Amino acid sequence: MSISSFIFYFLAAFILISGMLAVTTRKIFRAAIYLLFTMIGVAGLYFWLSYEFIAAVQIVVYVGGIVVLIIFSIFLTHHLSSEMERPNLFRMAFSLLAVLFAFTFCYFIILKNEFLPLGAVPLDLTVERIGAQMLSLTEHGYILPFEVVSMLLLSAMIGCIVIALKIPVESSQKNEN
Amino acid sequence: MLSLENLTHTIDQALNRSFGPTTVLLVEMAMLSLFAIALFAVLGLVLVFMERKVSAYMQIRLGPNRVGYKGLAQTAADTLKLVIKEGLTPDSADKFLFNLAPFVVMIVAMLLLAPIAFAKGCQMWDMNIGVLYITAVSSVSVIGILMAGWASNNKYSLIGAMRSGAQIVSYELSAGLSIISMIVLTGSLQLSTIITSQQDGWWIFKGHIPAVISFVIFMIAVTAETNRAPFDMAEAESELTAGFHTEYSGMRFAFFFLAEYVNIFVVCAIAATIYFGGWMPFHIGHWEAFNHIMDFIPSVVWFTGKTFALIFLIMWFRWTFPRLRVDQLLNLEWKYLLPIGMFNLLLTTAIAILGWYF
Repeated sequence: MSISSFIFYFLAAFILISGMLAVTTRKIFRAAIYLLFTMIGVAGLYFWLSYEFIAAVQIVVYVGGIVVLIIFSIFLTHHLSSEMERPNLFRMAFSLLAVLFAFTFCYFIILKNEFLPLGAVPLDLTVERIGAQMLSLTEHGYILPFEVVSMLLLSAMIGCIVIALKIPVESSQKNEN
Repeated sequence: MLSLENLTHTIDQALNRSFGPTTVLLVEMAMLSLFAIALFAVLGLVLVFMERKVSAYMQIRLGPNRVGYKGLAQTAADTLKLVIKEGLTPDSADKFLFNLAPFVVMIVAMLLLAPIAFAKGCQMWDMNIGVLYITAVSSVSVIGILMAGWASNNKYSLIGAMRSGAQIVSYELSAGLSIISMIVLTGSLQLSTIITSQQDGWWIFKGHIPAVISFVIFMIAVTAETNRAPFDMAEAESELTAGFHTEYSGMRFAFFFLAEYVNIFVVCAIAATIYFGGWMPFHIGHWEAFNHIMDFIPSVVWFTGKTFALIFLIMWFRWTFPRLRVDQLLNLEWKYLLPIGMFNLLLTTAIAILGWYF
C-alpha cells in the first residue's frame, strides 16, 4: 500500500470513527468536539486531494464558525454534569432503519455512477481562477447563486440586529400611558 | 555565500541520491517536525525571557539576573520546574477533554508554522493559499480554549473561556479584513509571491495610507486574538484567577503558555511578511547600488529582525496600556475597527484599480 492510499484510509477511518462517536456519546459537549474532529478529517481529505482552497474554507466555515457557534450555545444552555438520556428501544430501532435506508440508497447511487479516471493533467486550482468563476456571467459562472446567497446572508444579519436591538425603555412606557 | 537555501538544497539532493522518493519524503517530514518542535521550545524560552526583561525595563527594575549569565538560564530553570511539577486533573472535570485541550492549542500553534518563510528558500510548505491557510487554522485555536474552559468544571474557567471565545471570534474579522485589503494589492495569497512582490519596496511604503491603516488594525486585532494585555480579559488575574487555564498545572499549563508565545511569533511573522517583506531586504525602487548593499545582510537576519521588532511592539502594548472592560472591548471592535477596516478595504480597492501605489 502506498503512502497516499494509507493516508486516505487513515483519514476515512478517522472521519467515520469520530462521526460515530459524535452521535453515540451522551455528553453534549463531547459530541460537539467529535463533530469538530469529523470536520477536520474532511478538511484533511480535501488537502489530500490538493484542493487547498476548499480545505481552508471548510476549516473557516465549519470548524471556526459552526462548531464554535454550537459550543457557545452549549455553554449557555447546559452544565458539564448533565448527560443526555439513553434513547428507548423503539426509537433506536427506527433510527437504525433510517440509517440502513440511507446507507443502501447511497450505496446504490455510488454503484450506478461511473467514476471517470482523472487524466494526468493537473487541475488549475488557483484562487484567481476560483474567484473569476464565482463572479463570471458566462455559462458556467456562479454570479446568480452568489448574489442570492449574499442577499440571504444580508437579510439574516439584519434580522439578528433587529432581534438584538436595544429598544429604549421610555418609548414603551409612553405607549402604556 | 553561505545561505539556508543552499543548505536545504544540499540536504535534499544528498537524500535523493541514496534513498527512494517515499523514504526521502518521510525523512524530510521527520526532520521538519523535529525542527518545528525545537523551534517551539526555543521560541518559548527566548520570548518568555524577552518579555520579562522588557517588562522589567519598562517598570524601571532589573528583571531576572541571577540564574546563568545575566539571568539567561532563568526561563530554562522555570521550564524544568514546570516539567517536574505534578499535573493535576480535578475530580469533577471531563478528564478526556481536560487532557486534550492543551494539545489542541499546541498543535494548532505548530500547524501555523508550516507556510512561514523563515529565510530565502527556507519554507516548509509554500501552498497557493498561504494567507488563507493561516487565518483558517488560527481560528481553530479558540476551540482548544473553549474546551479547556468547559472541561475544567470551574466558573472562572468557563467565564474566561466565554470571554476569550467572544473576543477571538470578533477580532478575527478585523484581522481578516486588514489582510484582505493587502491581498488586493499583492494579488496573491501565496506567501512566496507576496514576498517577491516587495522586491522594489515593502508594502507598508508602497501601499502608503491604506497599508498603514491596515497595519495598525492588524496589530490591534492580533493583540486581541492572542489574548494579550490590554485585551487579556480571558485571564484577567484580578477577576478570574487565571481564566481558562485556572485548573491547569505543570506541563499542561506550560503548553498553554508556550502556545501563546508561539502564536505571538506567528502573527508577528505574518505581519512582517505582508507589510515588511518577510526576508526581503530593505529595497528602495530601482536604486541598484543601495539594494545590492542591503542584499549582503542575510535574509534570515532580516526576517528575525522584523519579527522581533513587532514582538517588541506587542510587548510594549502590554506594559503600557491598562486592561479594557468587556463592553469597551466589543465596542472597539464592532463600532470602530470593523467599519474602519471595511472602509479601508474599499479605499485599497480604489487605489489598486487606479494604480495609485508604487
